Amino acid sequence: MFKSVKAEEKFLGTLIHIVLIIGALTMLAPFIWMILTSFKTKFEALDSTIIFPARFIYENYIIAWTKAPFFKYLLNTVFIAISCTILQLISSSLAAYAFSHMEFYGKEWLFSALLATMMVPQQVLLVPNYFILKQLGWLNTFYALIVPWSAGFFGIFLLRQFFITLPKDLWDAARIDGCSRIKFFFKILLPLSTAPLTTIGIFTFVGNWNSFLWPLFVTNDQTYYTLQVGLSNFNQSEGTEWHLLMAASTFCVLPLLIMFFLAQKQFIQGIAHTGSKE
Amino acid sequence: MIDIKKNDEKKVVISKKSFFKRYEWSAYFYLFPALAIILTFHVLPIFYAMVISVHSGGMTNYFKNFVGLSNFEYVITNKHFWYSMWNTVYYVLGTVPAQIFLSLFIAILLNQKIKGLEMYRVIYFLPVITSVNAISIVWKYIYQKYGVLNSFVGFLTGIPGPDWLMDTTWAMPAIIIMSIWKGLGYNVIIFLAGLQNVPPSLYDAAKIDGAGRWKTFWNVTWPMISPTTFFVMIMSTISSFQVFAQVYMMTGGGPQESTTVVIYYLYQLAYVEHKMGRASALAFILFLIIFAITYFQKKFTAKRVHYT
Repeated sequence: MFKSVKAEEKFLGTLIHIVLIIGALTMLAPFIWMILTSFKTKFEALDSTIIFPARFIYENYIIAWTKAPFFKYLLNTVFIAISCTILQLISSSLAAYAFSHMEFYGKEWLFSALLATMMVPQQVLLVPNYFILKQLGWLNTFYALIVPWSAGFFGIFLLRQFFITLPKDLWDAARIDGCSRIKFFFKILLPLSTAPLTTIGIFTFVGNWNSFLWPLFVTNDQTYYTLQVGLSNFNQSEGTEWHLLMAASTFCVLPLLIMFFLAQKQFIQGIAHTGSKE
Repeated sequence: MIDIKKNDEKKVVISKKSFFKRYEWSAYFYLFPALAIILTFHVLPIFYAMVISVHSGGMTNYFKNFVGLSNFEYVITNKHFWYSMWNTVYYVLGTVPAQIFLSLFIAILLNQKIKGLEMYRVIYFLPVITSVNAISIVWKYIYQKYGVLNSFVGFLTGIPGPDWLMDTTWAMPAIIIMSIWKGLGYNVIIFLAGLQNVPPSLYDAAKIDGAGRWKTFWNVTWPMISPTTFFVMIMSTISSFQVFAQVYMMTGGGPQESTTVVIYYLYQLAYVEHKMGRASALAFILFLIIFAITYFQKKFTAKRVHYT
């Protein structure tokens, strides 16, 4: 059908690009629609044949901000996500260090038991944790939102796998030079582990930022709402005020998108790694 | 405590060491932070949930009555539970195969050494990184009866679109489409990594043997990425069984329960009806179902996975 192999390849190349571009536009279209609508008037928003607003009305954002404390939600979300990430990195790396470099009673058994607990879906834990938190008096506090997610087997697992790949002589050499366990951990082990630490950090941060069911369950006081819970409340109270809802959504989506753009490579590499490790 | 002895002596020394000297007991200090939290909030609740599921009672007096297995019985004989299971299965069957197929397709295209690979990866990944709450609101807006999707469909085909989220036939497909859109990029990246791990020498060998595009895919690419495909299939199934946020934000389980998935039903039992015992029972039942499905998935497909 084609004059030459080269012509066929060129045709396919163009076809591939067309398909990819259509796909990319489909991915982007809702975002574009969201941003455009966030600048429309209420009536422009209700008319779907209007694509561009007559005037870019940034007041929608201000109105949305006064109707619900989005800035507080943002601060809460940032605080919770950062706290969880830092705490998880610390707790996971310490535990992974023990699993990979130390011999202790019950080591294999404990590892397998922890692995097994990871199979249990989050929903089983929701109801009992609600009661545990209630008895601790932690409902509607930051403790409930941060502490339970300050440790997890995912981080321990990834780091342990990584630590094991490091040469065993590293510790022996350091030990002979008089290095203590702790010093080794901070000065040698951690600096070598920036790759898995970054991956775990990103996963924990994003997972926490976007977490919804958990904060929904453990908070009903507006001062502790995260962006997700606050936004879902706003959705229920604003019904069809689409221009305001789009403004609120754009605002909620933007911080993570910016972070993603700044750290694309790390994000994508982290995900590719979890897939290929299986 | 450093034993700098010769290797052949070392073995004898270790077996004679006392129980206390054989192990490094400071390890427990390193384990403590993570373990304390995991035990309290990830392990203990499992057992606590078992206890709760055999009692009945509301938010404050959950230990009031021991009711044995009647909560489980209530759930299993409850038609709302079966509606929600049906809806969930519908959702899983709608999203997982389509997503695997589409993301593999896109990944293959991206793997053809085309320009702008990084840009495409970022764009396809945007929906994944977005909070599901925010983007559900956007899709709810798009799915309005006189919203932009219907305008677009009407423009292309002249057929007026349905009131998607208010129509018992179209509400679940609407959520399925949105979920496929949202999760695509994640699997694209995983497949892309898998594809890039296929040694080029295999493709060269296939070319020399005169294999066409389709034959090369079926006999080289597909077997070589089977571990990746396996992983994506299992992970996608498990996570799509747990769908919740989209339903909560877009349809509230309606119209007429047509989008009430299992987790949404759980939410209703626990948060709305305050039937904690039943909610716990339901959670365990769901766990068993996911476990069983994963087990059978692994059993039936593990033979076809080709490991190098």
